Amino acid sequence: MNAQLLGLADDELVIGWRDSEWTGIAPLLEEDVAFSSIAQNEIGHARAVYELLTDDADALAFDRALGEYRCAPLVELRLLDWAHAIARRWLYETADEIRITALMSELPLAAKINREEAYHRMHAEMWHERLRNEPRFQDAVKELWPYALGVLPAEQRDALSARVGLPVVDAVERGTHTDELAGLWEEMTMVRRSAPVGTQW
Amino acid sequence: MVSEAAVWEAFGEIADPEIPVISLVDLGVIRSVDVSNGRVHVEFTPTFLGCPALEVMKKAMEEKVAELGAEADVEVVNDDSWSTDKITAAGREKLRAAGFAPPAPRLVQLQSHVHRCPYCGSTQTKLENIFGPTPCRSLRYCESCRQPFEQFKTI
Repeated sequence: MNAQLLGLADDELVIGWRDSEWTGIAPLLEEDVAFSSIAQNEIGHARAVYELLTDDADALAFDRALGEYRCAPLVELRLLDWAHAIARRWLYETADEIRITALMSELPLAAKINREEAYHRMHAEMWHERLRNEPRFQDAVKELWPYALGVLPAEQRDALSARVGLPVVDAVERGTHTDELAGLWEEMTMVRRSAPVGTQW
Repeated sequence: MVSEAAVWEAFGEIADPEIPVISLVDLGVIRSVDVSNGRVHVEFTPTFLGCPALEVMKKAMEEKVAELGAEADVEVVNDDSWSTDKITAAGREKLRAAGFAPPAPRLVQLQSHVHRCPYCGSTQTKLENIFGPTPCRSLRYCESCRQPFEQFKTI
């Protein structure tokens, strides 16, 4: 259970960082607001889940070595192409719904998170509806599909396949990392690494 | 010795840091107040998990209790017990009067998808953005009185 929760929290933290990369540069002002707000929610979810595992959520979030993160490779990718960014939002939210709703009976926090995620799904579905017939978006979904499967444990992948309409294939599994995590890790841990031991925030 | 009623009254004076027209009591985030042996135990249920106002609210409660001459122990309860249905009737009216459309009760919202303009009462409104200036708000536009407004999300 703890390994599963750490994976969930790391996913939410890292996708929060990646979504926040659109702040200030999204193609529409409304999307600047949306991506920033979604990022804020996801990082809030990460904190709440880390707090189930530790008394010091900041230390767990930012004081680990690169190889100790348990996030899925899908969330690590730096995707500054709108078709890919939206494809990942849609795939991630679809996978996350399957995972979170499965946790709700044993974890009250999951039910709370799910209330907020409903709005992320509305946003993702709205964009999916708008772009679903665009070849560039379809190509991005296909490219990211093995990564999306890696968000979920094997027993939940059939459900994702049914929702997305693509067959289950070999996944890019959690526990491996893409090269793109290193740059993000440098950035998100930089301030804490630079602070003298014993710094009070 | 401070009474539970006095603590509730004092918390009723704490404005929500981001929507100051309502108090923490109106917002329904204080689940319980329990006074024993000179200590005030408060169960506090966050609204949105990423809301930066949560720390401010917690600190404000501790300060209010200190003003009453007691020490507070604010426990953050991250279960699923808060929803927008916890906002009091008085809180909803204060939101509406300030131009924030209050969240509809969950059962109503999930079935009707009707959003009423807080200025003119029309239901001819459209969604501009699911997200807004804080995690709890959406942006809508009233086609009857041509007024944009903020909608408190139902969660």
